[in-house]
Amino acid sequence: MSTFLWGVLPYLCIASLVGGTIWRYRYDKFGWTTRSSQLYESRLLRIGSPLFHFGILLVFIGHVGGLVIPESWTEAVGVGEGLYHFNALLFGGIAGVCTLVGILILVYRRRTTGPVFMATTKNDKLMYVLLVAAILLGLWTTLVSVGAGHEAHNYRETVSPWFRSVFLLRPDDAAMAAAPIQFHIHSIVGMLLFALWPFTRLVHAFTAPLHYLFRPYIVYRSRDQRGQGSRSPRPGWSSVGTSDRERRP
Amino acid sequence: MRVMAQMGMVMNLDKCIGCHTCSVTCKQAWTNRAGTEYVWFNNVETRPGQGYPRRYEDQETWKGGWELTHRGNLKLKAGGRVQKLLGIFASPVQPKLADYYEPWTYDYQTLVEAPLGDDFPVARPKSLITGDNTKITWSANWDDNLGGSSEMGHLDPIVATLNEKVRRASEDKVRFELEQTFMFYLPRICEHCLNPSCMASCPSGAIYKREEDGIVLVDQDRCRGWRQCITGCPYKKIYFNHKSGKAEKCTFCYPRIEVGLPTVCSETCVGRLRYLGLFLYDADRVTEAATTPDEGDLYEAQLDLLLDPNDPEVVAAARRDGIPDDWMDAARRSPVYALAKTYRVALPLHPEYRTMPMVWYVPPLSPIVDVLSSQGHDAEDQGVLFGAIEALRIPVDYLAELFTAGRTDIVTAVLQKLAAMRAYMRDVSLGRDGDPSIPEAVGMSEEALYEMYRLMAIAKYADRYVIPSAHVERAHELEELGCSLDYDEGPGMYESGPFGEASGRPAPVAVETFNALRQRQTSDSPTSTTASGELRGRVNLLNWDGNGAPDGLFPDTPREATTAEEQR
Repeated sequence: MSTFLWGVLPYLCIASLVGGTIWRYRYDKFGWTTRSSQLYESRLLRIGSPLFHFGILLVFIGHVGGLVIPESWTEAVGVGEGLYHFNALLFGGIAGVCTLVGILILVYRRRTTGPVFMATTKNDKLMYVLLVAAILLGLWTTLVSVGAGHEAHNYRETVSPWFRSVFLLRPDDAAMAAAPIQFHIHSIVGMLLFALWPFTRLVHAFTAPLHYLFRPYIVYRSRDQRGQGSRSPRPGWSSVGTSDRERRP
Repeated sequence: MRVMAQMGMVMNLDKCIGCHTCSVTCKQAWTNRAGTEYVWFNNVETRPGQGYPRRYEDQETWKGGWELTHRGNLKLKAGGRVQKLLGIFASPVQPKLADYYEPWTYDYQTLVEAPLGDDFPVARPKSLITGDNTKITWSANWDDNLGGSSEMGHLDPIVATLNEKVRRASEDKVRFELEQTFMFYLPRICEHCLNPSCMASCPSGAIYKREEDGIVLVDQDRCRGWRQCITGCPYKKIYFNHKSGKAEKCTFCYPRIEVGLPTVCSETCVGRLRYLGLFLYDADRVTEAATTPDEGDLYEAQLDLLLDPNDPEVVAAARRDGIPDDWMDAARRSPVYALAKTYRVALPLHPEYRTMPMVWYVPPLSPIVDVLSSQGHDAEDQGVLFGAIEALRIPVDYLAELFTAGRTDIVTAVLQKLAAMRAYMRDVSLGRDGDPSIPEAVGMSEEALYEMYRLMAIAKYADRYVIPSAHVERAHELEELGCSLDYDEGPGMYESGPFGEASGRPAPVAVETFNALRQRQTSDSPTSTTASGELRGRVNLLNWDGNGAPDGLFPDTPREATTAEEQR
């Protein structure tokens, strides 16, 4: 069981995430959108959405810090285990609460605003369940750690090495198995969320428009392929083209 | 100098009768789909009026267009790049559906299916957003023909500006008393600007300007629905499709333009007031022109951008920049260039937004003429008209706020030309000699005035629409350029794909059109509910495109007759 959960499931989820994303990008660019409902309702959105999004960005940064950076590195720069944990729990807790409050506002809005609820698909509902569950479980691990004080489980000796080992293709499932149950459930829900990710509206996160900061304001495109050009023939499965659709060199 | 071509439009507002045919045909062609119910790529506003969406011209509220920084650089009025990205999770300045209107339909079914009773059945309005009963309180032209102007006229941002300017006088300048009022119609489409702020606002870079003809389009595959373009466009001519989650806008009917046909709004315009043609402009100087410090000079700066296609230097540069000869020829015959630059009677809408709009307007003389006639003057007499243009300050001030950022002298000059044309041509058409002093008074030659009259009054189809077709050797590249709005396939259109509504690949326009046409040919059978049902399945000939013989085109041969014939 431990081997499946921490040695096999991660790879299935990664395969789903990567493969699904590539597949969706090729097959369904038209459906790749935030599906904003601001037109229907903006009062609650204006509070809930930034709260959730900025919160989850901080949560993401925190996860990267905790999972990717080995404990020995932070110790080397003089950040001890106690200090690290205090910071992680404090800021992680704040960010997590912001995220949770944000998404609760958004879910409430989605349920109570008629047009927004009507625009909600089954796919959205499943995604919301997983997302809220992941956030709640994440906060639970934080709460348990805070409650335990100095005896708190040091996940950077169990979860983090396992996480890194997955990407080194030598999954250290024993390390993960040693972590307490709340970390197990949080990780599983997280993995499922990432597996589902490409098939939900969450894909919009992958096209976060950071390049906006650098692109020129005015965009010209040519029908002619010599320029930066309009797109080549339809993406996705190769077009059933006749020879005259091939572009002349 | 970098010469680029731009498809442009001129609308002669004197001829607009406010019939909304352009809006309706445009809607039928482009936005009759779920998610675009409230979307009017073309709309006609009565001015004074609030416009659509309500008060869109009030940029202090809506933050559309550009403004100058202290150092004289262009900056989006809604904020810089970082500021825009930080506001992306809930776009701070965004029109709500209430600023447009809640689209509705009527419950026609009740009329047919209501049980027999004492009361007449009523088709109640149903919201197309929620499906519930709704109360209709606003629409795209609710204040049409000054409807409600005595109460709401002051909400027109331009009226508010004018009244603000003369606040020291105890009375409002523009009053909505029946005997003093004036009105005209303003049809609006996307301006296909040279310096579009929607494009600059788009975080994804999905909005682009076509190099060949300057048409501004939204790449539906790259739009992610961040909604910043809607804030960015000061004309509020980008709309959010709430079903597909993508921005949509007027396409200048690019599939028609590419084959040399006028846009749907132009083709169907009853008053024949629209002109289509090419502008040549200097792409290198657009930013410079848009940063003109004084708003009042923006009109001249924009006019300066337009290049004379007869100038040998321009011709050489155009050839270098790859503009084909037939396009140069079209540019020389362009009616829009003639009206905007040669005769200088067409003006851009709100140049103060600094987007360099490319849909131009000939301001209407008729409010003045109407007032004069009603006062018993000879409204076409040159002396009377010239004096009146100055004296009747209200329309000129109002028009100046619309078209020249407040420069009344420019508007007055245009109106004087139009008045001169009327006065001069009245003599000619009454068989008298034309009075050469009239064109002279407005700085034109008799020939030029006559040519202007031909273009504006006779306005033959071929003169109004000079559209060079896209090049045949590139024809295979035109199909499905990647910005096509998909076509309504009836109720199945936005059926949930695997990832929610509107996911999956949009079918090519040609395929969808084929399917839609077939569906229309066979489904619209108003008599199919008759008791006999003998017309069920028959083709509605009004919808038959003349090609082929679809099932149901001819009545079924009665079985008895056939057998009788066989027996014989």
